[in-house]
Amino acid sequence: MALADPGPSGRFGDFGGRFVPETLVPACQDLEKAFRAAWGDPEFHSELDRLLHDYAGRPSPLSDCDRLSEELGVRVLLKREDLNHTGSHKINNVLGQALLARRMGKKRLVAETGAGQHGVASATAAALMGMECVVYMGEVDIARQALNVFRMQLLGAEVRPAMSGSRTLKDAINEAMRDWVATVETTHYCLGSVMGPHPYPWMVREFHSVIGTEARAQCDERLGGPPDIVTACVGGGSNAIGIFSGFVDTDADLVGVEPAGGAAVGRGVPGVVHGSKSFLLQDEWGQVSEATSISAGLDYPGVGPEHSHLATIGRARYESVTDAEVVEAFSLLSRTEGIIPALEPAHALAWVSRDRAELAGKTVLINMSGRGDKDVAEMMEILG
Amino acid sequence: MSRATAPLSVAWDSADIPVRPAAHGALEQALRAGRDHGRKLLVPYVTGGLAVDGGDWLDNVRAVVDAGADAVEIGIPFSDPVMDGPVIQEASEVALAAGASPATILDDLRRADVGVPLAVMTYYNVAYHMGHERFAASLADSGVSAAILPDLPFEEVGPWATAADAAGVETVLLAAPTAPDERLPMVCARSRGFVYAVGLLGVTGERDALASSALDIARRLVAVTDTPVLVGVGISDAAQAVEVCSVADGVVVGSALVRRLLAGEGPAGAAAFIGSIRSALDASVD
Ligand SMILES: Cc1ncc(COP(=O)(O)O)c(C=O)c1O
Repeated sequence: MALADPGPSGRFGDFGGRFVPETLVPACQDLEKAFRAAWGDPEFHSELDRLLHDYAGRPSPLSDCDRLSEELGVRVLLKREDLNHTGSHKINNVLGQALLARRMGKKRLVAETGAGQHGVASATAAALMGMECVVYMGEVDIARQALNVFRMQLLGAEVRPAMSGSRTLKDAINEAMRDWVATVETTHYCLGSVMGPHPYPWMVREFHSVIGTEARAQCDERLGGPPDIVTACVGGGSNAIGIFSGFVDTDADLVGVEPAGGAAVGRGVPGVVHGSKSFLLQDEWGQVSEATSISAGLDYPGVGPEHSHLATIGRARYESVTDAEVVEAFSLLSRTEGIIPALEPAHALAWVSRDRAELAGKTVLINMSGRGDKDVAEMMEILG
Repeated sequence: MSRATAPLSVAWDSADIPVRPAAHGALEQALRAGRDHGRKLLVPYVTGGLAVDGGDWLDNVRAVVDAGADAVEIGIPFSDPVMDGPVIQEASEVALAAGASPATILDDLRRADVGVPLAVMTYYNVAYHMGHERFAASLADSGVSAAILPDLPFEEVGPWATAADAAGVETVLLAAPTAPDERLPMVCARSRGFVYAVGLLGVTGERDALASSALDIARRLVAVTDTPVLVGVGISDAAQAVEVCSVADGVVVGSALVRRLLAGEGPAGAAAFIGSIRSALDASVD
């Protein structure tokens, strides 16, 4: 199989769709049209490829982890999205969306951010292209990712706190959508994961498919074929779908790793929030639950609709790990490989490390979606 | 390296959106009757379960009915109200914290007889999670005539509308200033009860002056539909209501009322505020 175009209804099986206020429907339709046109236009691709190469530093390397592999008894390779400009995979999507916004004549970007990586990437693209940028961020996340808040401000963006609900990613998305409802004629909503209303889950996946495409070619060269397992952390699921996209048509197992306190696929039921139908943590009345995770980027009660579809058809499976297991993995990678991971991809490693007996002798490709600089202050307190 | 070129544009297949039933429901009958009598229609929004000083929230509903409401919109609070500004967000949080749920609100309504048609306003996940049939049946069973689901646009309304139509519940659709001309007749043709004209680009909340977009969208809608057109979102006082009703058939008033309820003005304050709009609207058509 290949990951499909979800068509005009934006459906991945039963999931997806476009559940937005009427005010936003024409903007979503226009965006879909603009993306379809751009994605079929060689000119757009060459512009984007040039930026990804000259500005973001792609292709990102594939690193073998000799000492870690020996310690775990599992051969681990990392797709090094942490080495991209701005420090995570988020830049792939943002450069694509910013180019698209420019094509559509929009001069203002709004974005939500959890860990701040998508906010930093958005602020970066806005600076690069001379656009205005407003980033909504939950009050709780502003406190725990202070470094990224300052980076965004340095880059010329305005960071606005989301003060309602759990004051994390979910609430930042609410605020970004409210902003967009009021400013849709001049503003592009630069959504940071494979979620939201159609065409976002599909468009963001396509912008991140470069991860999978590169990794597949690198694995072919390094391993002579795909690894046994491809794994990535899942918040909304953009870095995961990006790397999965290169391997869905192989025999590799695809494993998404969610935080135990935000395991939408693992423990959610279908629901509709933030524009699409997907697995969602909610109470008996359909009120959305508040997720809890050490990682601001994964602290979200929902998940992108295509992950719900992949889980339902059995093409991918989803594991969850605890905060304590993540902290351990954070230290493990730092100590054995000299790579300080972001807390988000540390989830994927935490799963590999915990289940190493089951994975013994296998080859596992982990999407190292970001670097840990932003998390060092928080980890100083925890590891002291 | 597959970057398949997708087809440029594919038309939406609206085959699974049921045609609006020919018969009008209780809400639309009442609003049409009011309009036929030359009355401008007034629909206040009250957050269900919101009782600031420990009173009965239904007293707020009764008060606005006594003050001249033609129908009442009852908000079933949702955790993530993306179409709502700070006032209705706060009211939703207060009501949820006090234990309000779809069940408690609908139970309360079942026992009340407020004398005018009711429409619930909530977000789609509340209906989806309960199940379309069950939610529609529980509205009908509680004497609620209509439902307004602001995050369920025309293209996605099919499965819900099918269940609502079968249960005799009217689904009110919203029409926004951003809609191109060709979209409005399609939305109007599926809307029951009334057409909810979104008065401005933005979420619910009070504004100092009537947005010019309110008159524009009302004009565009009355030109293409015979269904009553009510403007909501941003209508903040009697003068704005009168101004927009020079074109529209009526108004929905939400945040301006809910702010007073949050401030503890209670049923008396609600009645005074809605009464002032009622008098101004009546005076404007004399
Ligand atoms: C490094 C990193 N990885 C992963 C994520 C989670 O997003 P997604 O699940 O869309 O990849 C984030 C989000 O902030 C992040 O910063």
